[in-house]
Order: sequence, then structure tokens, then C-alpha cells
Amino acid sequence: MPDRVIGRIKRVNGPVVEAMGVSDAMMFELVRVGEENLVGEIVKLEGENAIIQVYEDTTGIAPEDPIYGSGEPLSVELAPGLIGNIYDGIQRPLEEIRAISGIYIKRGIRVDSVDKSKKWHFVPSVSEGQDIHEGMIIGTVRETERVEHRILVPYRINGKLKSIMPEGDYTVEETIAVVQTENGDRNISMLQKWPIRKPRPVSERLPLDIPLITGQRVIDTLFPVAKGGTVAIPGGFGTGKTMTQQALAKWCDADIIVYIGCGERGNEMTDVLTEFPELIDPRTGKTLMERTILIANTSNMPVSAREASIYTGVTLAEYYRDQGYHVAIMADSTSRWAEALRELSGRMEEMPAEEGFPAYLPTRIAEFYERAGYMKTISGKDGSVTIIGAVSPPGGDFSEPVTQHTKRFVRCFWALDRGLANARHYPAISWLDSYSEYLDDIAAWWERNVGPDWKKDRSEIMDLLQREVRLQQVVKLVGPDALPDSQRFILEVCTLFKNAFLQQNAFDKIDMYSTVEKQARMLHVILTYWRRGSEAIKHGATLIKLKKMKVYQDIVKMKFSIPNDDIEAFNKLEARLERSFDQLESIYER
Amino acid sequence: MKDREKLELLRAKEYIGLEKIEGPLIFVKNTHPVGYREIIECVDPSGDIRLGMVLETSTDMVVAQVFEGTSGLTLPGTKVRFQGEPLTIPVSKRMLGRVFNGLGNPIDGGPPEKGEMELNVNGMPINPTSRKYPRDFIQTGISAIDGMNTLIRGQKLPIFSGNGLPHNELAAQIARQAKIRGTETEFAVIFAAMGVKHDVARYFVKSFEETGVLENVALFLSLADDPSIERLVTPRTALTLAEYLAFFENMHVLVIMTDMTNYCESLREISTIRGEIPSRKGYPGYLYSDLAEIYERSGMVKDSEGSITLLPILTMPNDDISHPIPDLTGYITEGQIVFEREMYARDIYPPIAGLPSLSRLMKDGIGEGMTREDHPHLASQLFAAYSYVKDVRNLASVIGEEELTPLDHTYLEFGEAFERKFISQRIDEDRSIEQTLDLGWEVLRILPVEELHRITEEEVEKYYNG
Ligand SMILES: Nc1ncnc2c1ncn2[C@@H]1O[C@H](COP(=O)(O)OP(=O)(O)OP(=O)(O)O)[C@@H](O)[C@H]1O
Ligand SMILES: [Mg+2]
Repeated sequence: MPDRVIGRIKRVNGPVVEAMGVSDAMMFELVRVGEENLVGEIVKLEGENAIIQVYEDTTGIAPEDPIYGSGEPLSVELAPGLIGNIYDGIQRPLEEIRAISGIYIKRGIRVDSVDKSKKWHFVPSVSEGQDIHEGMIIGTVRETERVEHRILVPYRINGKLKSIMPEGDYTVEETIAVVQTENGDRNISMLQKWPIRKPRPVSERLPLDIPLITGQRVIDTLFPVAKGGTVAIPGGFGTGKTMTQQALAKWCDADIIVYIGCGERGNEMTDVLTEFPELIDPRTGKTLMERTILIANTSNMPVSAREASIYTGVTLAEYYRDQGYHVAIMADSTSRWAEALRELSGRMEEMPAEEGFPAYLPTRIAEFYERAGYMKTISGKDGSVTIIGAVSPPGGDFSEPVTQHTKRFVRCFWALDRGLANARHYPAISWLDSYSEYLDDIAAWWERNVGPDWKKDRSEIMDLLQREVRLQQVVKLVGPDALPDSQRFILEVCTLFKNAFLQQNAFDKIDMYSTVEKQARMLHVILTYWRRGSEAIKHGATLIKLKKMKVYQDIVKMKFSIPNDDIEAFNKLEARLERSFDQLESIYER
Repeated sequence: MKDREKLELLRAKEYIGLEKIEGPLIFVKNTHPVGYREIIECVDPSGDIRLGMVLETSTDMVVAQVFEGTSGLTLPGTKVRFQGEPLTIPVSKRMLGRVFNGLGNPIDGGPPEKGEMELNVNGMPINPTSRKYPRDFIQTGISAIDGMNTLIRGQKLPIFSGNGLPHNELAAQIARQAKIRGTETEFAVIFAAMGVKHDVARYFVKSFEETGVLENVALFLSLADDPSIERLVTPRTALTLAEYLAFFENMHVLVIMTDMTNYCESLREISTIRGEIPSRKGYPGYLYSDLAEIYERSGMVKDSEGSITLLPILTMPNDDISHPIPDLTGYITEGQIVFEREMYARDIYPPIAGLPSLSRLMKDGIGEGMTREDHPHLASQLFAAYSYVKDVRNLASVIGEEELTPLDHTYLEFGEAFERKFISQRIDEDRSIEQTLDLGWEVLRILPVEELHRITEEEVEKYYNG
């Protein structure tokens, strides 16, 4: 990259640097700041002055220091070799940085995002003379055992294929095809670049009617998200945002996971890095790392790179979507990203709106979530990007701006509840405050793939949970003894549902992931207990009797005792349940 | 890098006269290009040198904060020299057993420290790929911690306290009793005091003295009567020594920092004077990042055997856990030990609240081979039962105890026993993890076995019945 001096520093205020004497620079241009060569981006141009957001610590940077332009916008590199990597917020590989600078991240390090010397086995899928258009797949590379990387024609290249290299091993920079276009021949390699702030184009948006299966019961059964959908997980500190996102990253049925640690803990990234290569994906038998890309811009890393990390992540996700994959993004936490915006905006002395956030906060949030969707890509394949964003409201108060604006732009809301978390009810997703707007859209999928009862059973249990709230209010006034057994039984069934179904232990080998079949059967068992139990009470059975039934303990423990691949066991459990009630009722009928 | 000669030349340059003084901030005009966060030497009219740091630099003005305060400075009579480098301190093992001020200068009458190397007090972000995930159980001998909120070597676990609550006693007890079982390793202790009174510092010194560990402790004191601005560097100097000991000398370091609330207030002071747009309660928007820069310096790394375990203490203004200081801390640290005034009033020591307290690294450091096989389920069951106790107590306060069901009465009994027997202990009582867990089972036996949903049948057999 031919660096040219585009200006000199006028003022340094944390990560925000003002430049003077700038005549030849473009908006969002990638620049290098000072003799230390710190990475920066031009975010404002005004006459001879420019404002630069610097992605590294600016200690020691002084007025008069030079600024070098790169002539291109801040972009990511897209090529085989992304999967399994861990990057910082501007796609610098952290393992490589460690090899150069040890324990700590030193400044001004230049490293390639993808390995330029590694050879990949390329298999062409087009032939010479064929019409070529942007976004088209021209061949494949086995990127990991699990992921076939599909090589796409870069944007704005359309024409006839003049030549294509035969199957063989190539580096990402070697030319693998030549396309004859209106503007002359264009060489194509396996590497392309894309500016992070610009969504990649698609053919069309498709309706969202397939659920993203997460294996988490409270999610799949009560508040499902569709592939291509958007979710917010708000919750105060320690309520389980990270654990929920990690559980999803592990068990959801996406093809690719982009996990963005945005302004959060270093140890959490280390946790993922040590755990994922060991964990086996139940669907493919391959390790989870083989479908995962990590972006780590932890809380102690420069704040402006935190702002960029979200865009870096979503651009990588779109690239795999364009290859025809279902990608899920975990962004932990979007609040830290919003705070980075606020800090940068403050340092640029922009007028603040609510709580110091810039007035464009809602626009930025909307733009981010708009990059999700289920798409017909320009290659012709279907692909999706699902965005799951954690929100960390100050004081756990959901009325603050980031939660409120996010709520406007997402269609699924998993509200984490402090009371549940304190009671160690995990996942602490509130069944009263959460919602999913995808319910109706994906009901048909459940019917086709699991059985006809999902929607009905779900409504029935949600209804009981609502009734429980009203009954609890009564109990709070007059005590539980004032309620008749038929109503106290509702409380019992809800407690059972919470313990036996909603609570899910992320550390238990069997419980950590439930297939949709297991979920449906579990719910059915609990509802059977409810229906038969209320009948029995009508016939005179007491609450104590119902609770002391031996089968009750089996229901409580079914999540741990019945593995996903032993769905048959539910037939037995149900039979036992029915028999127990038959016996019980026979006593009262006599 | 600027070459050495040029640096020396610029360092010798002295600028006479200030443009403006505002609180701890000074404004200097017409300087050579000065680097962001560079250290300055400010020579006051009496000839004494005070250190400061550049907060903002531009072609026409430099803004710097003076750590030792600006009192006595005059506009025409103050001279400023720019050091061309950020603040560094010399570090070495010999610093254990000594007392320093917040800037790292000895105040125990001993000689200045030469150090094995000079380190930048601001530190640098640890590369997440260099971290080692902390897993080693630290036995503190305190049941509420070991049993319910296990401390792990390399963890950052703050104490959220309130004015007048025994957080110093607890921190000192942890420092005295902390050990890794089956090893002889001793913790080196680094104690950083920000804006606390002399008697707090004295309390810790005395406690270390009595157990004969003082030569293994380094103290960084920036007390209540020291300039408030010095507090902003104190945790950083302390952690710089901690990093050196842990990552260069492979030592296990326990860092106690008190009181982070004072630190945050100093930060707010600077921010207000600079006219920055505040976020909540007047604290700057970057409070989160600033605290993270401090707290994230704890942990373990792959290239060393050492560790930094961080115990920040903070007093919650008004006992309000949603106040920005505890709130943002909780968002950064790996759990929190929360004090409850009501328990303290009932004479329970340590007054550790059962439900809001949490250790996030506990899950990977307990169980078979680490503490004992029954630990995870026992802790989970105790939490669940105790949380129900809280519900029952609330209910009882409305409808009266007589209206409760017999089962709920049993729960109340369990709650009392849990607080009085399990949580409560003497300030010099050092319980082994087995004692702690056995006590847990003892109080759990008050509850009927049907209530124990989180315990396996084998555990019931072996520990509940056994
Ligand atoms: N599903 C779960 N299963 C078991 N434990 C859980 C679960 N969810 C949360 N926890 C417990 O709660 C702790 C905090 O969870 P987590 O780290 O996900 O919180 P968070 O909402 O991300 O907090 P922060 O905003 O501070 O990052 C975990 O360390 C774990 O002990
Ligand atoms: Mg988290």
C-alpha cells in the first residue's frame, strides 16, 4: 500500500485525533497515524481539517506528527482461512500478534488478516467461456472439515470467463480466474476486500419462517427466533447474557458462528478459545471451532476498535451468507459498542441527545440489525444472518436508551430477570417480559417437523404462567391456604414447569442441549400431569397426594435422565404417568 | 520511536508560566509538540517538583493534570518540563515489605528503589490469546466464599460494601488465610489505598504484622489527606508491580484495592472540570473503560506460572447496588461479594448477602478433584433453598408467620440455620473446605428430601443420609 502523507496532527484527545492541512483524503479512509503507524479511520472531513478515530492507544502521539493515507476504506479481507481464527476489532489476528508481541498487544503492528502463504486446494466449478457475474460461485475450497468455502466473484465483475485454473493448490493471492469484462480483463484470486461499514448486496429478502434451533428450551419452545431474525438479550450484570450467547454459539443449528466479544472480559474469550476446539457439534460430529470466527475487542482494548468490531463481525457473516450459509452472530455486548459511539462522539464535541449518546444512536442500531435477514443471495443460493445482541443496561434498568432503541429494531426479546438469576434459575429468561414476534411465522415448521401440538401446548403453558401471576398476588395478600386445591395446583404445575423444563443447566452433559423432539415431549408430559391432575382434584384427590406420586420425581428429573437420543423413554414415562393417575382416580371413584 | 538525543533536548526545555489553572488541571501554551499522556514535571514557586500527565495536546494548548494537586501554583511562577514519555516506575521483588505513595515513591524512609526494570504504569492490554483460563481454587477459610462464591486464583472479585460495614476485616482475613491446597505457595500481597483514612491503612499493616507476613506485602498509599488526583495513578502503580511479580517473577499476587469509590470520584472530578458530557450521576461515559483498564490487568497468562487475583473494595453510595460505581464494576469483574447491612445488624459476620453475591469462575474450579464432588450440587441447592427462604420471609412479613404452611416454617428454620451456622463465623476462624461443605449438608438436613431437586440420589445417600 503506497502510503502518502495526507496531513499532520493538530490535536490529540484520547482516541480522537484532529488533523490539519488535509487536502487529499476520503471519508472512512484507512490511515496510519504518527511514526508509530497506528491504525485509524477518517470519520469527518471539514475544510482542511479531518477527524480521525484511532484504533490503538494514542499515548505519545503529538501535534505535527504525520498522517499517512492508504487510499482505501477500512475493510476486511475475505478468503479461506477466516474460520477458527480470533481477530481484534479491525480483523488483526490475535494469535499472530501474540507471536510478535508476547503477552501484551503492542501498538503499530501490521499483520495480514489471512495467511497469504498457505496453499488451499481449489476445485473450480465453472468452465471457460461461461457467463460470469458478481457474487457467483466459481469454485470451492475445503476450509475446515466442516466448512466448504465457496469462492465468489468479487463485486462489480461481470463478463465472460476467459480462463480458470485447474484443480490444485493455490495461495489466496494467486490468480485463479480471468474474466473478460467491458473494461478489460480482470484477475480473480480467492482474496477479496469489503469495506466494513457497507452491507454486502443481495438479490432479495425472503420471509423468515424457519426457526434457528438453539437447544435451549425456554427459547425454542417459548420465545423462538427465526433464521435471519434479530434478538436482543438485555440484562443487568451477571444475569446470564454471556452464558446464553455461549450456549447458542455451541448448540444452535447455524452453519457458521461469528462471536463478537465487544468490550467484555478477556477471560470469556479465552474460555471460548479453550473450550470450543474440544466440544463436538452434535449435528456434524466436528469440533465447534470449525464453524466459529471470534472477534475479540475486550474492555481493556482501545475503545474505537470496539466501535468497529461490530461491523467487522457482521461483514464476515455476510460473506459466508453469500456463500449460501446460515450464520449466527453473537454480539456481546452492543451496549459497549453504543458506549464507544458515545465516547467518540463526546470527544468530537458533537451535541449529545439522551444520556450523552449521540442523536444518531438509533440510526446506527437500526442499520446494524438491518444487516440480518434471510436472503436470496446473488449467487442464487439462500443464506441468512441472524443477529443476537446482548444489551447491558446501566443498573439493569430497561428504560435506558440503548435497550429502548434496540427494542424498536429487533423482533425477539429475551429479557433476563435479576430475581431469577439471584435465585439461580438459569437461564434467567423471564417468561413474563420476553417475547418473540416469530411465533406465527415458524409455527408451520414445528408442525411439519415435530408434530401438530407445539402451538397449542405452548399457549396452554403460557396461559398457566399468566394465571400463576394473578394467583401469586392473592397468595401475597392472604396466604396459600386461602386458595382451593384446584388453584393451588396451578401454582404447583408452574413450579414444576420452571424446575423441570425452563431451568436448564449449561454444565450438565445431558441437559445442556435439548432437541426439539425432546422439548416437545417434555412439555407434553408436564401438560399431561396438569390435565390429569386437575381431573383428579375434581374427583377429590388432594394436592399432597399428587405431589407425593412417585412419577412426579421422574418428571422433575427427566431433563437429566432422558438423553436426546432416547426419545422412546418418553413413551414409557407417559405410560407410567397415565397409569399412576388411573390408579389414583380408581381410589377416588370407588 | 523518537531518538534519545531529541528526547533529552526536549526534556530540558522549560516553559515558564501557565495560561490557566483550574482545579488539578493546568493549561500551557506555545510548547513544542507534546505527546498525549506524556508525563510532565511542574516546578512550583518554591522549587518543588510535582508530577502530572498530559490529558489533551494540540498545536495551541496542552492540558495536563497535576497528581500532587495545584495548590500553591501561580500562573507566572510555575515552570513546566515535558518528559516525552508516559509515567513509569521501577519494579523489583525488593519492593515487597515496603511502603510507597500513589506514584510509587517510597515513603517508609528507606532508599529509593532502583528496580530490575522500568514499566509504564498504564500497562497494555493483555492479548486474550495469551490468557490462561483461571481454574485453581483458593481456600479462604470463609464458608460464604469457599462454599457459595468460590474464589479462583487469577479472578477479579470485588467486595461491594457500605460505609461502616466490615469489608476491611474480611479483606484482611482473606489475605491472612488464602491458600492453594496441597501447595506451599504463599501469596504476595499488594495493597493499594485510595482516599481512605490513616487508620484503615494502619489496620491492614497491623493485621499483616501480626501474622508475620509484612515482608511479603507492598503498600501503595494515597490516603484521604493526599491530593485526590493522585488516586488516579495509585491502582495503576500497584498493578504495575503486581504484573511484574506475577508475569516476570512467576509469583502469585493478591491485590487488595480500597476504596474504588474514591477513585471513581476523582475521575468524575477531572471530567467535570474539563466540561465533558457526563453519563449517569455525573460520572464520565468512559468510566466503564477506565475501570476495565484496571480490573482486566488481573488474571493468568500462558507464558508465566504467576497470577494476579484482584479484590477491589468499594463502598456503595447509599448501599445502592445500581449506583454507577458498583454497577459498572459488576459488569467488568468476575462476580461480586455483596454485603448486606441487615445481616450486619443481626450480628452476622461476614454479612455476605446470599443471593446477589456471585463468583463466575466458581463453576470451573469446584467439584471432584478440585474441592469435593458434591460441591456444585450442594451450592446450587443451598442457593435455591435460601432464595425460597427469602420469598417465605417476604410472605410472612405480609400475612404473618402463623399463616404459613408447615413446609414454609421448615424453610424459615433452615434460613436461620444457614445464616447462623454456615455463613456466620469468627473473624479468626479458618474453615477447611470439607468443614464448609459438611456444614452445608448439616443445615440442608433441616429440609425434607423431596425438596432437594438439585441433588442426585447418590449424593442424598452419601451426604444427606450419611
Ligand atoms: N444457563 C446457565 N447455567 C448455569 N449457570 C449460569 C447460566 N447462566 C448464567 N449462569 C451463571 O451466572 C453467571 C453470570 O452469567 P453471565 O456471565 O452470562 O452474565 P452476563 O449477563 O453476561 O453478565 P455481564 O453483563 O456482567 O457480562 C455465570 O458465571 C454462571 O455462574
Ligand atoms: Mg457477559
